[in-house]
Amino acid sequence: MILKRRLIQPMLLALMLGLAVSGCGSDYTVFHPAGPVAQSELNLIVLSTVVVGIIILLIWALWAYVLIRFRDKPGNKAPYWPTWRHHRLLEVLVFIFPVVALVIIAIPTIRKTYALAHIPSAKRPPLVIDVTSLDYKWLFEYPQEHVATVNYFYMPVGRPVLFELTAHSPFGAFWVPNLGGMEYTMPNRVLPLWLEATRTGIFDGRNANFSGKDFWRMSFKAHAVPESQFQSWAQGLRQHAPRLTDADWQKLQQFTVVRASSYSSYPSNTFPERPTEFTVHGLYYTPTHKP
Amino acid sequence: MSTVTETHRSAARPPEFEDTHESIRILGFWIFLTTDVVLFGSLFSVYAVFRNRVALGPTPHQLFAMGPVLAETLILLTSTFTCSLSLYAARSDKLKGAVAWLTATLLLGASFVFLEIREFVGDVRAGHTWHQSAFLSGFFTLVGTHGSHVTVGIAWAIMLVLQLMSRGLTVTNRRKLYTFTLYWHFLDIVWIFLFTVVYLLGIA
Amino acid sequence: MTMNPWITHLMKRLFPPQVLLPDIIGIDIGLTVAAIAAIVFLTKTKRWGWLWREWITTVDHKKIGIMYLLAALVMLFRGGVDALMIRTQLIAPHQHFMSAQQYDEVFTTHGTVMIFFMAMPMVFALFNVAVPLMIGARDVAFPRLNAISFWLFAFGAILLNISFSIGGSPDAGWMSYPPYSELMFNPGVGENYFLLSLQVAGIGTIATGINFLVTVLRLRAPGMTLTRIPIFAWSALITSSLILFAFPPLTVALGLTMLDRIFGASFFTLGHQGMPMMYANLFWIFGHPEVYILIMPAFGVFSEVVPTFSKKPLFGYEAMVVSLLAISILSYGTWVHHFFEMGAGPGVNSFFGLSTMLIAIPTGVKMFNWIFTMWGGRIRVSVPMLWQLGFIPTFVVGGATGVMLAAVPADYQYHNSYFLIAHFHNVILGGTVFGVLSGMYYWWPKMFGWKLNERQGVWAFVFFVVGFWLTFMPQYFLGFQGMTRRMSTYPPGLGWTALNFWSTIGAYVMGVGFLIMVYNIIWSRIHPDWDTTGDPWDGRTMEWSLPSPAPEYNFARIPHVHSRDEWWEMKQEGRTDEVKISEETVHAIHMPRNTPMPVLLALAFFVGSIGMVFEWFWLAILGGLGVVAALTYGSFADYSEKEISRDTILHTEAQLGRVES
Repeated sequence: MILKRRLIQPMLLALMLGLAVSGCGSDYTVFHPAGPVAQSELNLIVLSTVVVGIIILLIWALWAYVLIRFRDKPGNKAPYWPTWRHHRLLEVLVFIFPVVALVIIAIPTIRKTYALAHIPSAKRPPLVIDVTSLDYKWLFEYPQEHVATVNYFYMPVGRPVLFELTAHSPFGAFWVPNLGGMEYTMPNRVLPLWLEATRTGIFDGRNANFSGKDFWRMSFKAHAVPESQFQSWAQGLRQHAPRLTDADWQKLQQFTVVRASSYSSYPSNTFPERPTEFTVHGLYYTPTHKP
Repeated sequence: MSTVTETHRSAARPPEFEDTHESIRILGFWIFLTTDVVLFGSLFSVYAVFRNRVALGPTPHQLFAMGPVLAETLILLTSTFTCSLSLYAARSDKLKGAVAWLTATLLLGASFVFLEIREFVGDVRAGHTWHQSAFLSGFFTLVGTHGSHVTVGIAWAIMLVLQLMSRGLTVTNRRKLYTFTLYWHFLDIVWIFLFTVVYLLGIA
Repeated sequence: MTMNPWITHLMKRLFPPQVLLPDIIGIDIGLTVAAIAAIVFLTKTKRWGWLWREWITTVDHKKIGIMYLLAALVMLFRGGVDALMIRTQLIAPHQHFMSAQQYDEVFTTHGTVMIFFMAMPMVFALFNVAVPLMIGARDVAFPRLNAISFWLFAFGAILLNISFSIGGSPDAGWMSYPPYSELMFNPGVGENYFLLSLQVAGIGTIATGINFLVTVLRLRAPGMTLTRIPIFAWSALITSSLILFAFPPLTVALGLTMLDRIFGASFFTLGHQGMPMMYANLFWIFGHPEVYILIMPAFGVFSEVVPTFSKKPLFGYEAMVVSLLAISILSYGTWVHHFFEMGAGPGVNSFFGLSTMLIAIPTGVKMFNWIFTMWGGRIRVSVPMLWQLGFIPTFVVGGATGVMLAAVPADYQYHNSYFLIAHFHNVILGGTVFGVLSGMYYWWPKMFGWKLNERQGVWAFVFFVVGFWLTFMPQYFLGFQGMTRRMSTYPPGLGWTALNFWSTIGAYVMGVGFLIMVYNIIWSRIHPDWDTTGDPWDGRTMEWSLPSPAPEYNFARIPHVHSRDEWWEMKQEGRTDEVKISEETVHAIHMPRNTPMPVLLALAFFVGSIGMVFEWFWLAILGGLGVVAALTYGSFADYSEKEISRDTILHTEAQLGRVES
């Protein structure tokens, strides 16, 4: 008995600790979606957690029950079946049970996997941001607005944004938990990621893939602002920010950590050629390899 | 009486299978060959993915010359035949025949490796090192891995010839000869795939 | 005082600044002192001959198993120290207990050591110790190859472990994704160490796979059909076949990276149209089956431990075998789930998400079957069973979070975050490590002839399990807070501090658990609780019909097997005297002789690898010649077996009270 208490108490403690800290604070960026992509992912997280939670609790309960009832101690009145090794119905049930649980998770998984590869909403024409991860910084370029930023970016609320991701460094991963899940940045390739903000805010983003000793400092800020503010911000950059020169581009490629900065224009050779299938109005994006 | 014995003998399995230890080793060798199949499978898939990634280097079409490759193929196919003859001689208890055919096999193998190395040296002299493109890296590695397997086979065959000459057709030597022929046939099959996937499809 | 420039260059290469840190030099001195002490001890007690005859040249599976186990425990210590260093660094924001460079090296060696040099040898230790005894065999199919496997592993482990004092540790993570692991970003020799050590150990692993596949297929005692072998032997069979298909792609991935780094090829480079992503594919075609290679033996152990300590046969034996097979086949169709975020498209991602979820079905079946095995039983909570009882509630969480990770869009939020870290530690620690520790306590008396102290074992378990939960449960939540793996430190203000603090405390509690286990082993060695019956747990399978430890030849007479739990049935039916021999039934036994070839072969591989690591090609060629020489010697050597005479056997067995009068 003592043994069991030793075992169970810390587990309950850990569980309570988990419940106590989970879900509340705004630090839980995944639990505080600021757009439809993160929301959709959160819904799936919640659904799958509930389903597997039921299974976990069921197995824990069975485990505890069996352990208590069938302990080998004098005077235990529980039955002892020393030859019981088969039960057709039970064996079928334990097979069907996980199947049902998985079907519940699998259907929305597939639906969402396809949906998230598409534009999140078609209300407004999408914005394109070209993202390049460098050692150890992020470069954001706006092919429509012709401005560029380092380590921060602005996006309008209520408008889908197509992030085109590439790297000028080892693999990185672009992740803004409040807006939605991540996608890798890879050299010589361009990968698409659709995100959208439905509320204003400044969200933390970071590189989620180890790429060198200062990779942990590769964080950036995502500013979601109203459309008008976004336009005036871009306008302001075009008028007041310096140009991103070839020399600046060379400097960005060095192994450095830099502050956030803004540029009124950028050279055309900083981003790989975009895949030809792409149109900003296209609802579906076919990733292709640059030859 | 003697006919009965003869019939009985030919129906029985060869001595290397009758001995428990040796038959277990044969099974082990078969399993080793499956791992080698997976190894070559991985290299083939790498090659298939990298085939068009020629960068500034030559394309398969520009690189390959059919003449030497055909010669290599013929030599290797012939060596498979002589290798089988060696096993056949051993099964008929003809030690000299086994040694002679095995020697022929290893000489043919050596000339195959010689031709392959000459091809590689020619490519490198022309400036086509594997540094030049992912395709060349894949090509040299795939073909070179096969070539190094053949080289290992030649070393094995030399040892086997020495052991056959010194110890005769013992059960262990019969098993070694049998597993060697398995290995050699396997390399031949890999070459057929190589020839098709790399050279024929490369030139086509 | 002038120094020869060549020597200066050599010293710089051997001892770059990253290994000349005070703490590393301190460890170097400590290890040197320990090595000298060991040498002095062996010399003073005149044990060199004993060490050479009894251990280094041995081909006995039982001794090889023990060597695997001890080496794995040493590696568990090394990997554990790495883990504590990681956790110490992360206990609070902006800690610089280690530099970022050192941190990168430590998490790389932690992962590499734990997977390849701790978990794998632990598994092989149990295979070696238990499988031949369970199936009624006198040894494995290829005893010399078995020794070769062990020594390749051992020298591979040495190779990786010397990197931190000579030349510098690898720092690209245990997956070592290019292009980061390529020369362009990673010019030191550390990455070469990684590639070569895994390659050397990997050859040994493939050999082990062949060995145990053939052992279980061909060396079973008469009557022991494949439907009667213990599930642990099934797990050895299936694990071995997984190894055969999983390791060659790893060989290729590592080999091609080596060609890139050392010989200037262009496979995974940025220029020349290299394709780094191909490495990710090859690596995970190996890597995903690898995690099942690690977990299935643990499933096998539990399938032995649960029936023994519940006094009941395993529930659903057929379902257990089928689920092992199903897992092994499915495991080849899931590798893309390690990189759903690399742009494979929704079709591919859906397929691999689904295939991953499917694995939960056979795994779930196994979970329930263990519980049903206990149902209607009489559960004795001894230490091996305790680890199993800790495993069920722990592993179910790991498996469940695995299903959550397989839900592709959700994975977009979990990938590379601490949620993922928590998940795979939950399954590898809570599954594999709990399993092999259960197996270690279970078969310990069979290995050494004495039991490990129960009380201390319970304490070790409690500390380990509590520490485990405290370490990894907070990490799931850190993932939801956006903390990513491999960050060498983090800024304050993100809300990560408290959870990281508790996680670190948990890691130390687990460390205490490990120390108690070491104490447990040493104490029990000094105060041995001898197992005179050979059957300390009231076991069910054939290994418990043998004395502890089993004699060199295992079975004086190979038993005839009539049922699954043969030894249990014999005890039930009062037929235990059947294992005894008499003067009439005993025959001389032929066993393989000891040979120095395996250790010399592995040594040659080691020397050649050092040559490759430092690009001293003369040394690499020398090592290569050594390999050829060892193999040639192996081919020509006279392997006539030694004979253990009837009298010797009768004498040995009589002392064990196993001769019928």
